[in-house]
Amino acid sequence: MTELRQRAVREDAPPEDKESESEAKIDGETASDSESRADPAPPPASVDDTPEVLNRALSNLSSRWKNWWVRGILTLAMIAFFFIIIYLGPMVLMMIVMCVQIKCFHEIITIGYNVYHSYDLPWFRTLSWYFLLCVNYFFYGETVTDYFFTLVQREEPLRILSKYHRFISFTLYLTGFCMFVLSLVKKHYRLQFYMFGWTHVTLLIVVTQSHLVIHNLFEGMIWFIVPISCVICNDIMAYMFGFFFGRTPLIKLSPKKTWEGFIGGFFATVVFGLLLSYVMSGYRCFVCPVEYNNDTNSFTVDCEPSDLFRLQEYNIPGVIQSVVSWKTVRMYPFQIHSIALSTFASLIGPFGGFFASGFKRAFKIKDFANTIPGHGGIMDRFDCQYLMATFVNVYIASFIRGPNPSKLVQQFLTLRPDQQLHIFNTLKSHLTDKGILTPALEDE
Amino acid sequence: MLELRHRGGCPSPGGAGTPPPREGEAAGGDHETESTSDKETDIDDRYGDLDARGDSDVPEMPPSSDRTPEILKKALSGLSSRWKNWWIRGILTLTMISLFFLIIYMGSFMLMLLVLGIQVKCFHEIITIGYRVYHSYDLPWFRTLSWYFLLCVNYFFYGETVADYFATFVQREEQLQFLIRYHRFISFALYLAGFCMFVLSLVKKHYRLQFYMFAWTHVTLLITVTQSHLVIQNLFEGMIWFLVPISSVICNDITAYLFGFFFGRTPLIKLSPKKTWEGFIGGFFSTVIFGFIAAYMLSKYQYFVCPVEYRSDVNSFVTECEPSELFRLQSYSLPPFLKAVLRRETVSLYPFQIHSIALSTFASLIGPFGGFFASGFKRAFKIKDFANTIPGHGGIMDRFDCQYLMATFVHVYITSFIRGPNPSKVLQQLLVLQPEQQLNIYKTLKTHLIEKGILQPTLKM
Repeated sequence: MTELRQRAVREDAPPEDKESESEAKIDGETASDSESRADPAPPPASVDDTPEVLNRALSNLSSRWKNWWVRGILTLAMIAFFFIIIYLGPMVLMMIVMCVQIKCFHEIITIGYNVYHSYDLPWFRTLSWYFLLCVNYFFYGETVTDYFFTLVQREEPLRILSKYHRFISFTLYLTGFCMFVLSLVKKHYRLQFYMFGWTHVTLLIVVTQSHLVIHNLFEGMIWFIVPISCVICNDIMAYMFGFFFGRTPLIKLSPKKTWEGFIGGFFATVVFGLLLSYVMSGYRCFVCPVEYNNDTNSFTVDCEPSDLFRLQEYNIPGVIQSVVSWKTVRMYPFQIHSIALSTFASLIGPFGGFFASGFKRAFKIKDFANTIPGHGGIMDRFDCQYLMATFVNVYIASFIRGPNPSKLVQQFLTLRPDQQLHIFNTLKSHLTDKGILTPALEDE
Repeated sequence: MLELRHRGGCPSPGGAGTPPPREGEAAGGDHETESTSDKETDIDDRYGDLDARGDSDVPEMPPSSDRTPEILKKALSGLSSRWKNWWIRGILTLTMISLFFLIIYMGSFMLMLLVLGIQVKCFHEIITIGYRVYHSYDLPWFRTLSWYFLLCVNYFFYGETVADYFATFVQREEQLQFLIRYHRFISFALYLAGFCMFVLSLVKKHYRLQFYMFAWTHVTLLITVTQSHLVIQNLFEGMIWFLVPISSVICNDITAYLFGFFFGRTPLIKLSPKKTWEGFIGGFFSTVIFGFIAAYMLSKYQYFVCPVEYRSDVNSFVTECEPSELFRLQSYSLPPFLKAVLRRETVSLYPFQIHSIALSTFASLIGPFGGFFASGFKRAFKIKDFANTIPGHGGIMDRFDCQYLMATFVHVYITSFIRGPNPSKVLQQLLVLQPEQQLNIYKTLKTHLIEKGILQPTLKM
């Protein structure tokens, strides 16, 4: 069983890794490293990716502070990058989301390959990427059809592609499935099934999330920015509170997390969310749904802000009135929603982080990859975001907006005439009952 | 890695040798013989940490208890072993087919329950295999969580269906209204609760095992629950959309076997050594003809052809309607070469029969890939059958593996080529909009209908 022992080796980081034991890696990955047996060859994985410039600048400081600085600088770099992308607009944001998705997929699949030593099955790498392509084609096709309806109707090939979209996607997927079945090699059945399952679960996790993020984005950039910022803020705040006040451990899975950090992070995130939504609700470019303008052939964010984004007076409940000595306060209704979003980000978001920690411990890896110096892979940064996108999407669909009117009209137009007539009559009687439709209007 | 070595060390019941031959093994069925799977034992176990040090740890299915009823055994005690197996399989096949007819007779609601029952059983079978492979019976939390996830996903899917098809029923009840309106949120909250329970249940030494079972559960859900949900949607479209595809797959199984038995010579695929090209092609042609004839016979009856609707007055399902054009005889002019053969100018067919050719083609050409997938799965995990539910045939999953992709194909086919969106769903969504939006849509629709001449402008209702 020499192979098994050798394999276990590869995933462990050597102790002299720049992510030293005392490091501020919140998940406390190091605890799991010590429990593994001494393994022969240290993995080549943790190469020091820090740029030379930084290395030289920080060469005087001790190892611990150097790591702190590296992480800090990279954090600021990522946040600045985030702002730049927001400035560049929705199209660039979409592309960034897509790239992040592909990178996450790549990282997780690579872990799978490492765990199962399946680099020698070249078919499988092709198939994994092919499935990623299929699923993305399916999801993006659905989105494009909804939001670019007029553009699609104009171009003949696009119209056919969108009309038979599901059939085409299914055929593509089927081809991949049949290729998988034909590629089953006698001695490697179990391995191939494992990788097949691994690929599908990864797709389920990564692609659905990114698709929902794009949906949220189209609803208005604020629905994209506020949730993501809340999760990031929660990460940072929980770490800070834990660093300064932390005492009681939160969960065995991540020994470095503490209850003080958790609760402090919760309150800080709610406050941050309130402030951020107040600031952003003032600007149309964040608040309006992203629309595709046929004439200018680009994305526009121009509209009359909905009720959610108009200042309203709220009466302060008695208990706070005595403290704040105001009778009413002017807020955007969106800020109330932001409290719900921040609460989710602080209370449930960390479970995504615990899930990723458990995953890393289960497969004995320190980080998903080495893309970002000081932070690990892209997946490490996005693990808490995992459930946030789904929550925001479900929240919007349930509480904020109803169905998309233009989509409904589009669906209506494809029905049969007798069905159309039936719906029309039902709608008419409904509107008349509600008094929305008066005979005067009827005669227009 | 100590704990992993421990886990790998459990002795297996039967050792790595050939398990005692099963009753149905010698029969010329689709089962893979034991001998081929044994050869992979020492090589396949290199991969996968949890797959055991030696193949001895992967428990071969314990000698399958013979579930054949006593009465059959006595009746057939005279015959040789091979013919006895043949008879058992044959009898069980006929039993299953008659059960199928009985349920069809009993109506669509019973069919729905049957589909649900099959789904739960398939899920159970696959999960049990997972437990055996990973020796994870000692993680009781996980069994609870798997069933909980099954419940959540079913709740989500059936909630979506119910909202669509029972719109009138739902409008009446206040609590149901609430559940429907916030359905997605409630389903998501339920799923989240399961997810958090999973995270909290991670036990220090069993991380990898738990993650494997988590993934196994999700892939199984993806496979079984989506398929069964799509089957139900096809059923609501009209029972013929449920019957013809399923019968085509069954027919393909049986005729491919018969053709292979009598004429089989060239092997089809290494994965299933008993399948032959002759069986495959013969099965294809007979299935197309069978589908053609079955479609012709079923298209006459409203009971099969009409969409299933729920009538609130009668509080039951009815299938009564004016058959759509698909199910009305039309004359087709024959292409010249067929004219010469049949000596007729035209032939009257139901348009649905043309569609049935597409369905049968899929059932014969792509359906078997589902079977190969299941064969590969069984070889990978060294099991002979998914379970022992049906004597002579194995588990429920064994019977339904070829159906796997059929349901999805039929559903995609229907939505792409046959019908448009569901009118009641469109209406329901319309009624939820804001009044101004409704008014705008009303005006747009009115203009559109008048343009198309569907609505007369002078008609004041």
